[in-house]
Amino acid sequence: MTRQALEFRNVTKIFRASHRGSTEVTAISDVSFQVAEGEVVSIIGPSGCGKSTCLNLGSGLDPATTGEIYVDGERVTRPISHVAFMLQKDLLLPWRTIRENVELGLEIQKLVTAESKARAIELLEKCHLGGFVNSYPHELSGGMRQRAALARTLAVDPSVLLMDEPFSALDAQTKMVLQQDLGKTLAETGKTALFITHDLVEAIALSDRVLVMSQRPGTIIEEIVVEIPDRDNPMQRRQHERVGGYVAALMDLLHIGEAAEA
Amino acid sequence: MDSLSIESSTQRMLAGSVLLFCAFLALWEWGPTLFGIPAFIIPPASKVWSEFIYMSGNENLLFHTAITAGQVVAGLVLGVLLGMVVGFILGMSPTAEFLLSPYILALQIAPKVAFAPLFIIWFGYTVYPKILVAVLIVFFPVMINVLGAVRSIDPDITRLARAFTASRLQVFWKIEFPASLPPFFAGLRIAATLAVIGVVVGELVGGNTGLGYLLSFGEGAGNTAMVFVAIILLTLIGIVLYGLIVLAERRVLHYMPARVRADG
Repeated sequence: MTRQALEFRNVTKIFRASHRGSTEVTAISDVSFQVAEGEVVSIIGPSGCGKSTCLNLGSGLDPATTGEIYVDGERVTRPISHVAFMLQKDLLLPWRTIRENVELGLEIQKLVTAESKARAIELLEKCHLGGFVNSYPHELSGGMRQRAALARTLAVDPSVLLMDEPFSALDAQTKMVLQQDLGKTLAETGKTALFITHDLVEAIALSDRVLVMSQRPGTIIEEIVVEIPDRDNPMQRRQHERVGGYVAALMDLLHIGEAAEA
Repeated sequence: MDSLSIESSTQRMLAGSVLLFCAFLALWEWGPTLFGIPAFIIPPASKVWSEFIYMSGNENLLFHTAITAGQVVAGLVLGVLLGMVVGFILGMSPTAEFLLSPYILALQIAPKVAFAPLFIIWFGYTVYPKILVAVLIVFFPVMINVLGAVRSIDPDITRLARAFTASRLQVFWKIEFPASLPPFFAGLRIAATLAVIGVVVGELVGGNTGLGYLLSFGEGAGNTAMVFVAIILLTLIGIVLYGLIVLAERRVLHYMPARVRADG
């Protein structure tokens, strides 16, 4: 049996709007899923359905109201070093060079050594940023900045990556190139990833499975196993004849057609 | 435009600037006589220069200048430290800001130089009242800018650091402190010029040292040239301080694109 790298067990999150008395908002309700070691799973759903809440809970930044979350069999109650997250914003620190930005996580975990420095540079070269090691973030384009953010996420050698729409701010072409890099890197390193997106094709191209969430309070209504080969090659996967069928199924589940007619 | 013509245009600008300064000196030297303005209203440049030489020899001018400069630097350093500490505390704790903001607002609106006589009552004719006025004046621009900087940090950056298991102290040193530096330097530039005002007001109100004292002494003696010398030296102290801060800023904020850094 494969080990579960990430597991949500009946997780519910209720937000209390403290400044407005007793208003309660249930962001996600009774969410349960498992992500096996080395697996890439996407969560897709209507906006405001609590996708990002799942990620915040998984990273240990926010506590779940009820239910439990496990990473590598260990219960998550606060941030843990082998989970790394990446957001739509690159969040690069303007006063650090690209190399120093990549080393941020290592520095916080006090793991900076001569060897780790060499690894950071190697990682940047792999992310096609070899020539920008000593540049500052403002000197880079949006796509390059997001690559640097990916390198920063990978630098701490996490076992689980949590990604919240990491490519949604990029133009269509850059996005495909970065998806390709990510798909390849995830396959090569065998890392586990939970990928949040609202781009149906992106979810299909990158993942082993797609979890579909309902409107708020979000809960998982469907699991779709993507049975297309070449998970390490999203570009090729995009062109596969079965993609259309998956997209149609997802559109149906998300009621996208009905929303357009209404 | 090629580099040669850029070079020659800067040379022309430099020459123009030197020429303008010579014209200014000439106007100062001969203008008053030309327009019939008596020397006790505007003493000509040469008279101010000879007064400067005289005062250097007989009035301990260097000592008075050093006292004033020392008080300005002391007030600036203490005011900046205090402003930073309070700015960070208020920026991190909304409760502290809520509790203290009415007092801070009141103190900010109050004209700080009006405290000079009070401080002289408390501390006598020493350096302390002057330094204290400077501290009070310097405190606000620094505090407000640091507070604003801490508040405007993207909470996702802090969350990112925390997800990397950063401690509270690491979040401060790796995120909050460096993020506050650009607004801090903007506040520091304002503070440096204000510090000179604070010290001079303190010296004008009481005491027998410093350039502020020479200002009021010159006024009492009807020695306009002495007043001019004091004003020029006070300006020079401000310019040197401002220049040092701009230099420090360029070193510390070297990562920022030059056009974003207000190079003033």
